[in-house]
Amino acid sequence: MTADLATYNFAYLDEQTKRMIRRAILKAIAIPGYQVPFASREMPMPYGWGTGGVQVTASIIGRQDVLKVIDQGADDTTNAVSIRAFFQKVADVAVTTHTKDATIIQTRHRIPEQKLTEDQVLVYQVPIPEPLRFLEPRETETRKMHALEEYGLMHVKLYEDIAQNGRISKTYAYPVKVDGRYVMDPSPTPKFDNPKMHMSDALQLFGAGREKRIYAVPPHTEVVSLDFEDYPFEIQTFEQDCALCGAHGVYLDEVVLDDRGGRMFVCSDTDHCEDRREHGHVGAMLAPNQEAAE
Amino acid sequence: MIDTPLLKVSGVSKFYGSRIGCKDVNFELWPGEVLAIVGESGSGKTTLLNCISTRLLPTTGSVEYRMRDGNFRDLYHISEAERRFLMRTDWGFVHQNPADGLRMTVSAGANVGERLMAVGDRHYGKIRQTATDWLGRVEISADRIDDQPRAFSGGMRQRLQIARNLVTGPRLVFMDEPTGGLDVSVQARLLDLVRGLVNDLGLAAIVVTHDLAVARLLSHRMMVMKDGHVIEHGLTDRVLDDPREPYTQLLVSSILQV
Repeated sequence: MTADLATYNFAYLDEQTKRMIRRAILKAIAIPGYQVPFASREMPMPYGWGTGGVQVTASIIGRQDVLKVIDQGADDTTNAVSIRAFFQKVADVAVTTHTKDATIIQTRHRIPEQKLTEDQVLVYQVPIPEPLRFLEPRETETRKMHALEEYGLMHVKLYEDIAQNGRISKTYAYPVKVDGRYVMDPSPTPKFDNPKMHMSDALQLFGAGREKRIYAVPPHTEVVSLDFEDYPFEIQTFEQDCALCGAHGVYLDEVVLDDRGGRMFVCSDTDHCEDRREHGHVGAMLAPNQEAAE
Repeated sequence: MIDTPLLKVSGVSKFYGSRIGCKDVNFELWPGEVLAIVGESGSGKTTLLNCISTRLLPTTGSVEYRMRDGNFRDLYHISEAERRFLMRTDWGFVHQNPADGLRMTVSAGANVGERLMAVGDRHYGKIRQTATDWLGRVEISADRIDDQPRAFSGGMRQRLQIARNLVTGPRLVFMDEPTGGLDVSVQARLLDLVRGLVNDLGLAAIVVTHDLAVARLLSHRMMVMKDGHVIEHGLTDRVLDDPREPYTQLLVSSILQV
């Protein structure tokens, strides 16, 4: 196995590239929420698969690190499995699906339910880093708006949401203000996860490969979701509990079971769900089966 | 009563290579005064307006503006942040084509509210109330507040653009052919509305137009431009009734009499 690796540098990228990316990361950490341009490399996977996140992970990973990769909260979907396999192959690092065991967690669209610690780094895959992009298409103009802290436009979007739908209808990639200065796109995570970013113990890094931007939220940094005084920010709530583990107050996925309206709600964070079931928690859907077995 | 001008323009010239955009323009604008800049197409009216409103960097000259604290500041020596802040609070800019001045993909209410949100207003109900008030003042009915400007007629769009600019209570408004592209009866109503608002709010305004009737109705003073030079400058009634320069005489005599 190790002999095969001779053709790759450790973690795929060459050391000079890693240095360049680490520099961008350091700058991003120094200016929370600011998008640092970097010379994004071609990666052996298509754009949209997390090339930005992969480059960030490749630059910070060490031989002793334990990597976890999640996609929409799950460890077992194509994107997560492929990226995990990629790092096993090119860095030969230990991998895990357990949130608590991981030192680096690369994620697409979720933050794990379990509270992260200061020993962990969360790496986000970001498709479009610019929160103002769909309001102002010119990059020259959005950079100026960030520089001069002109964020009125972001509220125009929220105003429009309320005017058309009676509430702020944005449910993911919900804009946040970091450390009282930069408005940031938290990547397409559900707004349910926004409060977890606030004063997080873990370092949060964001990589956008196609758009060539890296940004960061250092540990213990204020992350505030934008809102109106009379329409405060609120997160999604679910009427049901997880059908498998009975968890309440976590983010649930709706799974359609048949074509007669059958559906179930399960934890989007698969590790969290499995962990709970191991500890004896049982959801509505597993409970009757157990009774039948008895 | 008022002893200091609001705006001092001195020696402003703009060259496009060797061609002249406008040359050596000097004037002062006083609070509550409406100045019309007239002339034929290509005479440098819009170039001058852009130079004064910091949208275009003049080749030479200075533009000084009396800030709310009473001090004059050279607009090309203040920071870009201050300049942009000035543009969206103390100034207004009404474009000839409303699509240039409006956000066509958000509702009328959001268009009017944008400046309020830009200066830190964060109460949806209050923003909406102010927007409703302003729509009323420009004669747009309150039930159109959630419609996009795309669904508005040309005249309504222009009125919406005016409301959007006036919502922060500016002291100076620039207008570039505000009635261009509107039919005559809509023009008349719009002029009436603008005249009323300017009087009520005590706005100073600089209006660029090729239409002498607009200048006659709106402005107190006017400047006539030709080939980038200001060739005549005076009270509107004086210039129109007793033009001195041959070109101005030609301009005045070429108005169609119906």
